Amino acid sequence: MLAKRIIPCLDVRDGQVTKGIRFLENVDVGDPVAMARYYYEQGADEIVFYDITASNERRGIMLDVVRAVAREIFIPFSVGGGLRTLDDMRAVLLAGAEKVSIDSGAVRSPNLIAAGARAFGSQCVVLSMQVKNTGVRPEIPTGYEVVIDGGRQPTGRDALAWSLEGERLGAGELCINSIDRDGTKLGYDLDLTRRISEAVSIPVIASGGAGEPAHLRDAFTHGLADAAIVASIVHYGEHPIPELKSYLKSNGVEIRDAVTIDLGAR
Amino acid sequence: MIAIVDYKAGNLASVKRALEYLGHECEITDRPEKIVAADRVILPGVGAAGATMENLRALNLVDVLRNDVARAGKPFLGICIGIQVLLDRSEEDRADCLGIIPGHVTRYPRSLDGCPLKVPQIGWNRVRQARRHPVFTGVPDNTHFYFVNSYYPIPDDPSATIASCDYGVTFAAAVAKGNVLATQFHLEKSGSAGLKMLDNFCRLNF
Repeated sequence: MLAKRIIPCLDVRDGQVTKGIRFLENVDVGDPVAMARYYYEQGADEIVFYDITASNERRGIMLDVVRAVAREIFIPFSVGGGLRTLDDMRAVLLAGAEKVSIDSGAVRSPNLIAAGARAFGSQCVVLSMQVKNTGVRPEIPTGYEVVIDGGRQPTGRDALAWSLEGERLGAGELCINSIDRDGTKLGYDLDLTRRISEAVSIPVIASGGAGEPAHLRDAFTHGLADAAIVASIVHYGEHPIPELKSYLKSNGVEIRDAVTIDLGAR
Repeated sequence: MIAIVDYKAGNLASVKRALEYLGHECEITDRPEKIVAADRVILPGVGAAGATMENLRALNLVDVLRNDVARAGKPFLGICIGIQVLLDRSEEDRADCLGIIPGHVTRYPRSLDGCPLKVPQIGWNRVRQARRHPVFTGVPDNTHFYFVNSYYPIPDDPSATIASCDYGVTFAAAVAKGNVLATQFHLEKSGSAGLKMLDNFCRLNF
């Protein structure tokens, strides 16, 4: 049986992780490579880097980070944030990321999903969306609306319809981030996650709101998520990944037992 | 020298990085003479069976892989699409494949017991070692490995299956026949367990 994935998300600006990890010793908490290695060793199933670099001139720094991470992290990792063109996607994949996560860029130009899937394969293309509950109305039948530009800009697109459209265009996975829950520690939006997961036949990643181990359990059981993004719940040391995994395991959720095998002297 | 076969697909560099991390000399190449001269050969990658076979044909690598690698006894490792094209044929693109291991490749069912099954399978799944094989040295049974696949191999000879896995159906996750070895899962993305198997392959004497 396929294991549910736990995916720590690292926000990176100008090559530095913006949210520190308080509990880490002997690790440069600003260094994305060191932090990725830490989570890799802790048993993360995948890692997401979200590039929040504001200026285009400094985007090359992220590619250096990706190259450095790829040399020593041997689990899948994806990169998102500000990817707008096929060339942006190609650069990240060539630097060593397994997947790219596209968000506002895909809303502005849905063909980016199809072009990315054709060029690199669907398994490389994660369609990520920021979702806000703006109320049920004819153009938003579920009440869940896709927003872009950090949640400021409504799009008039229904999250469920956009998910189906993304799948049809060739996205390999969907990452559903609830803006309403993001940073609240109230738990993932289970209704939103479940409705999308039931409707599509590609994996769905829940994002936004994890504050307790039970929130992950609920995302996987009630929310039918295939994977869950974790940020502050792990970044501040309250619930390290091994603890989350043993909690989930004891609650009957299929998870990956991370093994560390000695590879000998290299 | 380990040759990583370049057939114009993605994901070749990640195998190279993993081998370099392990300290094994390797080169990504599409040149037949380099593959013939290599000590070991790896066919990795993600992609579709039809396009993979087309590219291998266009590069004149089909006979090289069949004769100068598989039949000549050179240690050979296929990963992901590299296991699927080893068999006779694939349902994907109705492709005629390398025929190095007798059998065929088919798609996962779309649903199981009335519940939809998500295809492709993306993520970590438990791999049961069906028999002892030196490539598993130091790797515990039932370890999770990383999979990304919509199709799976069915070897004609069940004893070719050295590891199996469940996703809607029970399928061959790794096969071996003499000097030829292949895994459906991504060794280069499966953490230290995957690295250990890659390292074992690079050190095996067949």
